[in-house]
Amino acid sequence: MTEAGSATPPAPRPPGRLRRAWHSDFLWSFRRAPVAMVSFLVVAVLVLAALLAPLVAPHDPFDPATLNLMNGFTPPGEPNAFTGESFWLGTDDQGRDVFSTILYGMRISLFVGFSAVLLAMVLGVLLGLLAGYLGGWTETIIMRVADVQLTFPAILVAMLIFGIAKGITPPEYRDQMAIWVLILAIGLSDWVQFARVVRGATLVEKNKEYVQAARLVGRSPFAIMTRHILPNVLNPVLVIATISLALAIIAEATLSFLGVGAPPTKPSLGTLIRIGQEFMFSGEWWILFFPALTLLALALSINLLGDWLRDALNPRLR
Amino acid sequence: MLAYVIRRVAQSVLVLFVVGLVAFSMFRFVGDPVDNMLGQERTQADIERLRETLGLDQPFPVQYWRFLEQAAQGNFGLSYRQGRPVAEILMERLPATLELAFVSGLLALVGGIALGIFTAIRRRGLAANAIMTLSLVGVSLPTFLIGILLIYLFSVELGWLPSFGRGEVTGLGGWWTTGFLTQSGLKALILPAITLGLYQMTLIMRLVRTEMLEVLRTDYIRFARARGLRDRAINFHHALKNTLVPVITITGLQLGSIIAFAIITETVFQWPGVGLLFINAIQFVDIPVMAAYLMLISVMFVGINLIVDLLYFAIDPRLRVDRTAGRGT
Repeated sequence: MTEAGSATPPAPRPPGRLRRAWHSDFLWSFRRAPVAMVSFLVVAVLVLAALLAPLVAPHDPFDPATLNLMNGFTPPGEPNAFTGESFWLGTDDQGRDVFSTILYGMRISLFVGFSAVLLAMVLGVLLGLLAGYLGGWTETIIMRVADVQLTFPAILVAMLIFGIAKGITPPEYRDQMAIWVLILAIGLSDWVQFARVVRGATLVEKNKEYVQAARLVGRSPFAIMTRHILPNVLNPVLVIATISLALAIIAEATLSFLGVGAPPTKPSLGTLIRIGQEFMFSGEWWILFFPALTLLALALSINLLGDWLRDALNPRLR
Repeated sequence: MLAYVIRRVAQSVLVLFVVGLVAFSMFRFVGDPVDNMLGQERTQADIERLRETLGLDQPFPVQYWRFLEQAAQGNFGLSYRQGRPVAEILMERLPATLELAFVSGLLALVGGIALGIFTAIRRRGLAANAIMTLSLVGVSLPTFLIGILLIYLFSVELGWLPSFGRGEVTGLGGWWTTGFLTQSGLKALILPAITLGLYQMTLIMRLVRTEMLEVLRTDYIRFARARGLRDRAINFHHALKNTLVPVITITGLQLGSIIAFAIITETVFQWPGVGLLFINAIQFVDIPVMAAYLMLISVMFVGINLIVDLLYFAIDPRLRVDRTAGRGT
């Protein structure tokens, strides 16, 4: 799997001595955790396959020219009764290759998941830093809002944001905007975790000597927050981000499955499962089964990776 | 104590006020209800007339006041899609959701506590380990996949249980409908209840197990053993009693998420409850239904949280200072 290893971009940071040591420690604990290695392998293969979907996929499922309705409902691995063509994981009702739709669907699932977590992370870290460092009214307002939002399950908040955004966008743009609305909805429903943890860590860090020193030197509050405190509270953020990614992918799949997410013209894994569910009763199990399996593998491996990361980044557990 | 109660109640009212503002803003700024209610064939006069009937020609503060007034009385106007009073539609759908939530909650509580005790007492047993591993998989499975899996197994392959709907329902006292009294109603309830309850069950099971293991390690259990009490007496009379305080709280808080997650289960099984109504409302941008659902569920959530907080305060004096640990997803 040297291919996957080189494809994941190495962090472009100046190789300070501390960071190098941290990295080697990190890698050491990685090599000792077979579950983490397998999970990483699964995630790497899936992400790579999704990124390279146009190259890997045997068909372009969204190009009507390559579709043949006669190929519809071909079971996996068997040649079609009319055309004699055979598909690895079978075809759906419109003759689309299930393997290809999964690859393209995973692209959308991963894109929405990554973007939503990025949004939640930036927002949460920023608000958490502000609340923790400034205190006073800023803190009260931010944390009150967080508390209110935490009263409601994230998926409900995401649904509500999706519904409101859908109402605001004009009907002719709804399908195009759906993906961005999804990112916004899931991202905004998920920032609280980041804000709470970062605030907690900031409260501890801001009384340490290096922060006092930076303040004495006359650095601006913004610089102290981003340059001094932020690097020291980043470990828990990374752990939450990994677990949030699995949650975001599941949330996206759930919303799409419920019909309030990615549209059938741009199906994500959730949309594919929604489509596949219709054919469960008539015996075309593969249209449902393979997207569901992919989603499960993706979510489970990211979760396991997050579990390992939490232990690996926790100095008390070493 | 009194100051705490007052502060907590004031907080709850504030939350409801904020949610009310969100709900009203939805009415005011999202979409054009007139557009949604009238079809393609419409005249300017139709639009004006409808605008007047709906009160959309009034200024913002007037509309807000009227909204608050009406919402307090449980009146959320007409559904854009069905043209009927939202309160009526909600009331019609509520029994289905509450029955489902009740059965799932009961299942989660009974199953969770029983399995939790079992896995704690037989910690090293094969069955306990198998249950723990299974529960990990259960937590990673999205709710809707569990539902689909159950439908595939028990409806498609085995044909034992219905895959959608509520079965035959009986009317009770005017507005309540129940599926408890007919065989088909009970049968239809099984799969959705398991789907909805499974996640909470694993959660409660793990909680009970951890708490049990903690308690079983304490001195007073050791003394009880030294006194020669039987295992049954120790496990159930001494240990379990002290495990239940956090379980009650978490269960209370989870009740809210059961009602929210019912949205997913209801969609999978086409269960005619308020969750399915909400999803349909989002798809058709039916703002009054969305707003009313939001208010309804907020009142439930905030009410449950308030009661649980106050109960906690009353039950366990040790934990009066800090109770952030109970918060989870």
